[in-house]
Amino acid sequence: MRRKSPYPYWFFLPAGAIFLVLFILPTVASFYFSLTYWDPFEARFAGWDNYVQFFSEPFLVRGLTNTLVFAFLTSGLKTVLGLLLAVLLTSGIFAQGFLRSVVFFPVLVSTIGVGLLFQELMHPTEGAINLALAAVGIDGPGWLTNPSLALISVALVDVWRGVGLATLIYIAGLATIGQEYYEAARIDGATRLQQFWRVTVPLVRPATTTVIILSLIGGLRLFDLIWAMTRGGPGFSSDVLASVIYKQYQAGFWGLSTAGNVILFLMIAFIVAPLAWWLNRRELEA
Amino acid sequence: MSRLTTTTAIALTLSAGGALAQELTFLTDSSADSVAVTEALTAAYTEMNPDVTFSIETRPGGGEGDNIVKTRLATGEMTDLFIYNSGSLLQALRPDRTLLPIDDIESFDLLNEAYVSTVQGPEGNTYGVPYETAQGGGIYYHKPTYEELGLEIPRTWDEFMANNATIAEETDIAPIAQSYRDTWTSQLFVLADFYNVLQEEPDFPEEYTNNEAKYADTPAARRGFEKLQEAYEAGYFNEDFGAATYDDGVAMVATGEAAHYPMLTFAVGLFQQNHPDLMEDVGFFAQPGDDAEANGLTVWMPTSLYAPASTEHPETVKDFMSFVASPAGCEVVNETIGATGPYLVEGCELPEEVPGMVADMLPYFEEEGRTAPALEFLSPIKGPALEQLTVEVGSGIRDAQSGAELYDQDVAKQARQLGLENW
Repeated sequence: MRRKSPYPYWFFLPAGAIFLVLFILPTVASFYFSLTYWDPFEARFAGWDNYVQFFSEPFLVRGLTNTLVFAFLTSGLKTVLGLLLAVLLTSGIFAQGFLRSVVFFPVLVSTIGVGLLFQELMHPTEGAINLALAAVGIDGPGWLTNPSLALISVALVDVWRGVGLATLIYIAGLATIGQEYYEAARIDGATRLQQFWRVTVPLVRPATTTVIILSLIGGLRLFDLIWAMTRGGPGFSSDVLASVIYKQYQAGFWGLSTAGNVILFLMIAFIVAPLAWWLNRRELEA
Repeated sequence: MSRLTTTTAIALTLSAGGALAQELTFLTDSSADSVAVTEALTAAYTEMNPDVTFSIETRPGGGEGDNIVKTRLATGEMTDLFIYNSGSLLQALRPDRTLLPIDDIESFDLLNEAYVSTVQGPEGNTYGVPYETAQGGGIYYHKPTYEELGLEIPRTWDEFMANNATIAEETDIAPIAQSYRDTWTSQLFVLADFYNVLQEEPDFPEEYTNNEAKYADTPAARRGFEKLQEAYEAGYFNEDFGAATYDDGVAMVATGEAAHYPMLTFAVGLFQQNHPDLMEDVGFFAQPGDDAEANGLTVWMPTSLYAPASTEHPETVKDFMSFVASPAGCEVVNETIGATGPYLVEGCELPEEVPGMVADMLPYFEEEGRTAPALEFLSPIKGPALEQLTVEVGSGIRDAQSGAELYDQDVAKQARQLGLENW
């Protein structure tokens, strides 16, 4: 179903030129530079060394798996919580408008600010969270200093920060569902729960697709929150691809860092493109 | 534009016979001490040479500052003067291509020989002069705790651990402060152990550079990682070691919340700033090895002052560098921030009164053979992931052997990036 563009081809030239210079050329150049050892002064061809290095280093591979865990965990939680919150906040409860603002508010706060705030709140001995737990007799863990907990802690903060946006998208999605579906369901004797599963969930699918794709891409490329809260630590236990890439760049391994970026680019492309295709197809069928 | 300026400058110089107003640009790092020293030195120089004025810019430290320096050098946009590390990090700037050789400055012969070798490029030209005093890496201790428990300065690692055991038994304070939120602070037990490594393996730096010796299979070199592991396993760290900062570490040993804090001697500045009334409660000793007879200090060469090859005022820049590396320059530094260690310029004297922790460090320098440079000043390769690895070993995530092995891999990356032979 391709419509013929009403514009002549030369009309695309300015935008095309900008796209070529600012997007296509750097992308192609990065493929080349990922095959070299380079710094601002020179580039030496290295073959596949950077890629071999990337996959042979335990902490770089750790970054890769952490990225996947982080992205799927946060995306899943944001989708589920976002939908539940949206249903709650469209149900006409007390102070609905105010509560919607409260849920959305964290989205507006600077990520670095959120990260630094939670770093203080999650301090193992002086943080508000563990002091509150101590008051009821629970010995709180080192949220960000315990290596098996650090990534999860950051993921939870990311969900808190990002769920407002998912909720907003879902509220917009719910508004498009006509009341007559619910009426029909009620007449058929559907319970509240059945209405949710049989009417709301299928009809809000376009919003679900948007939320999943956006939060998954966001999770795969997340950097700022991790950097503000743990810098990938303790050790390498909360490193994700983006923070690993940044560390390699800081250390002067520009070729390795470029190779990491290419891997990140391919990974996002290979996860998100098929997923988007699949979700959209289901949408058409539904 | 720049060519025009140069031409005009030459024309003016010829007509005016030399006297010409020049403004030199200067990139310093943003720490309070560096800024204060830069302002004082440039002001002193302008007072002697009213024609020369300075415009000072600052940059962050660490990796970000590194990239600013590299990018500006590569694009020819570097200021006339800038400060940067000596030793292995300098090599990554490709000094032979990007920096101005200064072997012919007036005060060149005053420079300490061991220092000069750390600011030279592969071709043997010298590029920098010291911008501060030499630093030592060792262990700060809380003097009142030592007096109360009747402890003595340890000369071996076993004595050190015995002191820690006494402290853990008799008091509630943490025997050793660690501060892993600032990950770089975790490296001290490994880096400051290098004097001890050299006592057992004098050829280690050369073999290490040539890819013949490794941390993981050289017992003396691996000891640093093992010491960190031992201290962690004994439970000697402060409870919040994973979340504490460098400032917290300094505070803990100053107030006696912790008995020891392994750190470089540049911390003297932070003690002075945050705990001026507790200065005399803190002392300093070198990180002990296994042999009481071979007890000495691992030394860090100072940050240095460099000029890019692209500067338009090479003669003035060199004259300024010569001034910085002269007794008159050290005098200005003494007056501005006091002294945190010995100077590497002949004729430079420390002030009459220095804090006790600085005085504790001086005997190592006065006796022959009781100091040795840290590895990064003897070899061009230093792996950037050491701080994460030492956090892992110091938090019990990884053992010493595996930490040392991973560090060897990290170092290999650096060697290949530099294009060294044999790697």
